Amino acid sequence: MSSSNDSVSNNPVALQGFLRADGRKGIRNCIVVAYLVECAHHVAREIVDSFKGQPVHLIGFGGCYPNAYADRMMNQLCTHPNVGGALLLSLGCESFNRHRLAEEIAKTGRPVSTVVIQQTGGTRKSIEAGKAWVEHALKQIAEVPRAPLSVSELVVGTICGGSDATSGISANPAVGRAFDMLVKQGAATIFEETGEMIGLEDVMSARAVTPELGRELKHSVEKAAYYYKQMGHASFAPGNAEGGLTTIEEKSIGAYCKSGDSPISGLIKPGDVPPKGGLYLLDVVPDGEPRFGFPNINDNAEIAELIACGSHVILFTTGRGSVVGSAISPVIKICANPETYDRMRDDMDINAGKILRLEASVDEVGEEIYRKVIDVASGAQSCSESLGHQEFVLTYKTFEPIGPACLPA
Amino acid sequence: MKIEGQTRKLLRIHRDDNVLIIVAPVRPGDREAIEGFEIVFTQNIAVGHKVAARDIKAGEKVYKCGLPIGSAKENIPSGAHMHLHNLKSDYIATYTLDKDHVFVK
Repeated sequence: MSSSNDSVSNNPVALQGFLRADGRKGIRNCIVVAYLVECAHHVAREIVDSFKGQPVHLIGFGGCYPNAYADRMMNQLCTHPNVGGALLLSLGCESFNRHRLAEEIAKTGRPVSTVVIQQTGGTRKSIEAGKAWVEHALKQIAEVPRAPLSVSELVVGTICGGSDATSGISANPAVGRAFDMLVKQGAATIFEETGEMIGLEDVMSARAVTPELGRELKHSVEKAAYYYKQMGHASFAPGNAEGGLTTIEEKSIGAYCKSGDSPISGLIKPGDVPPKGGLYLLDVVPDGEPRFGFPNINDNAEIAELIACGSHVILFTTGRGSVVGSAISPVIKICANPETYDRMRDDMDINAGKILRLEASVDEVGEEIYRKVIDVASGAQSCSESLGHQEFVLTYKTFEPIGPACLPA
Repeated sequence: MKIEGQTRKLLRIHRDDNVLIIVAPVRPGDREAIEGFEIVFTQNIAVGHKVAARDIKAGEKVYKCGLPIGSAKENIPSGAHMHLHNLKSDYIATYTLDKDHVFVK
């Protein structure tokens, strides 16, 4: 790949993307096998397992009852630019609208097929039918044209998981630097978890490109504060306190500084794709009274939402040491704690802990993260990818569409 | 966020902060000189935890990275470990597991 100076300077890096019929460009070219109810999960997994080492990823929705959010998530994920085609696995009697999903995928020019287990004749026959289709689809997507892809066409999401107090002082500020560089190059960047911005509403609102957007940002954090209060728990796990974090506000600062210093261009909700470059806040907390429990049951629920918003790559910071990856988009692991890095280095792409050992500055690690994004966008595997991590989870939620103030022109 | 000054074991993140961050494990009897005063540690403190950068009065706001992270529950002398026992959220109680693995406030 290019030298360190090239990738951060104004010389655009020449990347090659997978050009989809709908005009969007991916950095990966995978087939998703999507179960539409838990009852079809095993069959879907058996199909995926038979393609080990090939780009066949398992996603799905376990619920039997309909949910507009899950519908939209599945639609956005199956038509993500990193996805070349989709196989849908239905039991047959679940309420997920498999016909509409298949139609929406077909409209984007992607190969799609649905195996209905009850109609196909049960587990064995459905696995065989699914495997045959995936084999065929892999050959089809190998023909997808390549096209130059500029950094300005990338969408990059960030999340933290297994945070400790080092997250907020090494890895997260470094991701903030990388985000600033990406935004400067015209890329769209997304940060999230409004529940982890409680206490910072005013600081964040002041960065909005319009006062109206500032009010929306503030409102999204107030909504999160109310929601978590109803849950009786802040977004705070026992491991956070063991690692030295005392309050939700303190954890918030860590999450917040991943956003860098760019102005905030918009507020989006799961499934909304940023319309242009800039920095966006993803509001992951459901609208209305709490109905289906915790906003996000784990880190992968948020990663799936960032990917549904078009993220090609996810920057995942961790202090305690998370190992997860994701289906569809590569996850780059940035380790905040030098001791954790020493213990778990096979899982970590970037050692931001060296900031605490005075071996590198926040700026230097920020540039290293930026270069890693370019490498991974060029096809290099991230650690979680090479280890085979493809976690995925999708649950019930309720959202109202975003208002006009959320995406100023 | 500019890191403004550092000794071997303590990191100040922002000039407005009244806490310092432990960046190397601390044992009882360890001494650190920072910002014109000396801290003598009386207990083990792990990396990532924080200590008072100066005397903090009960009810006073506590700042890290220049931003408020809660309020002091009691008077805290400079150099003291700051955590759940003497610092509280101004938003929502922090739940964590006690040594018997029971959720406590």
